[in-house]
Amino acid sequence: MKKFKPHIDNNNAVIRIRGLKKAFEDYAVLRGIDLDLYQGENLVVLGRSGTGKSVLIKIISGLLKPDEGSVEVLGHELETITEEELQALRIRIGFSFQNSALYDSMTVRKNLEFPLVRNRKNLTRKEIDHSVEEVLDAVGLLKTINQMPAELSGGQRKRIGIARTLILNPEIMLYDEPTAGLDPITCIEINELINEVQERFKTSSIIITHDLTCAKMTGDRIAMLLDGQFQRVGSFDEVFDTNDERVKPFFDYNFIQ
Amino acid sequence: MDSSTSTSQPIVRKGLKKRLTNFFVRLYQIHLFILRFFKEAFVPPFELKEIMNQCYQVGVRSFTLISLTGFIVGLIFTKQSRPSLSEFGATSWLPSLVSIAIMRALAPLVTALIAAGKVGSSIGAELGSMRVTEQIDAMEVSGTKPFKFLVCTRVLATTIAIPILATYTGFIALLGGYLNVATNEGTSYTTFMQQVFEPLTFVDFVSSLIKSIVFGFTIGIVGCYQGYNSDKGTEGVGKAANGAVVTAMFLIFVEEVLIVQIAGWFR
Ligand SMILES: Nc1ncnc2c1ncn2[C@@H]1O[C@H](COP(=O)(O)OP(=O)(O)OP(=O)(O)O)[C@@H](O)[C@H]1O
Ligand SMILES: [Mg+2]
Repeated sequence: MKKFKPHIDNNNAVIRIRGLKKAFEDYAVLRGIDLDLYQGENLVVLGRSGTGKSVLIKIISGLLKPDEGSVEVLGHELETITEEELQALRIRIGFSFQNSALYDSMTVRKNLEFPLVRNRKNLTRKEIDHSVEEVLDAVGLLKTINQMPAELSGGQRKRIGIARTLILNPEIMLYDEPTAGLDPITCIEINELINEVQERFKTSSIIITHDLTCAKMTGDRIAMLLDGQFQRVGSFDEVFDTNDERVKPFFDYNFIQ
Repeated sequence: MDSSTSTSQPIVRKGLKKRLTNFFVRLYQIHLFILRFFKEAFVPPFELKEIMNQCYQVGVRSFTLISLTGFIVGLIFTKQSRPSLSEFGATSWLPSLVSIAIMRALAPLVTALIAAGKVGSSIGAELGSMRVTEQIDAMEVSGTKPFKFLVCTRVLATTIAIPILATYTGFIALLGGYLNVATNEGTSYTTFMQQVFEPLTFVDFVSSLIKSIVFGFTIGIVGCYQGYNSDKGTEGVGKAANGAVVTAMFLIFVEEVLIVQIAGWFR
């Protein structure tokens, strides 16, 4: 269970989504999404493979355009945002990719420096090094600083990916399946890291997963994506206190006891 | 028999129509891609360091092969041209002939084709794998303008480096020609060089230069386009690399013909 109880401001939504729809060719993936992410909370989005979880956060970060509906991020409506504003907004949002997406031609140090050097022009060498070491220390991987991504394990890559987004001090973190493909112990370490980030950097986060341990450990609120809509939103127990045939198996198969 | 042809025909036609639309859609997209390049490449910051790095990559990737090919092309071309000239007792024209062939046509073309194979394919594969593994998306969401950093720098680098390499190829090929002439006719180096530069005009230099600039730009933009827009999946990377080479070579031949035509009007 989650130990840390964050301060959540329910009157202050950093992300507000209304009536969001997205289809690929003739396949409607998102069919009317309504969602609020409140200041300071960890919101877990659960859903089966292919339900459009990645599509949802790609829309939030402006990588994909919605077909319909409004998406407001940190007070900016994405539909009417200019290129410059989007650029500035993206710096305030951290995106941890499903497959880490480390730049594999660069060392860990260069990977972490990259967003910093290119977004903050007047930093000294010393300040850059300091920031790099600080976030690497936060994810517990200071010793890998001079390694190439290819030399890291999957769990290490995930952490470096998270570190790379933390270096810009984001206000919102989007985690796409942070624990997928990792062993149970590494999963728990990543979950703890997510909570630590929430506590230390005061971020509001959306965590996408189909791992219920991750959902339970990190989520202040759970939202279940079913048939292109959020059908059940609430605490972990509220969401799973149901006989809905689409929700129950999710729970049953996750904790085989 | 009859029924099989009558059913297969519409399928063929349908496939052709789809292919044709795809072709025009592709053409339109490349057009947008090029426009975007011009829009983003010439506003600061100019990424000089990365451009230099990419120029270096272009040079390193193709230097050995270009040196070897250039030398052999010069040597063989001279050797093979000798018999037809000696029939008229005109082997003394050999240096001029070699020089015109190399400087007007062979050096830019050979350089561009080799660079399309070595540099174009590796740009396609590199950007393709960055697209597939979402590294380009990762740059996008961290506000770091991947188009400028990845595409503009590479296109500028090939556009700068290919003309330099083509000049180098020209001299290496002339060296090959000189060695052949020197061993057969015993021509001295100064005489050879005099005869080499005699037939060349200003138009020749300018058109060769423009040609290799256009070739360099083509190799860069095609490689980047293929990689940057590559399909998801590992298959996409191979397709991007392959597409970069095939399309670039095709365009290089088309451009060669066009530029030679246009240069002809100025002679
Ligand atoms: N760029 C795209 N073009 C076409 N279809 C897409 C694209 N991106 C996603 N899709 C489709 O949208 C659907 C949802 O994809 P998405 O990646 O969001 O799933 P997901 O919920 O993240 O699944 P997983 O848990 O496996 O990551 C899939 O059916 C996919 O085929
Ligand atoms: Mg996904």
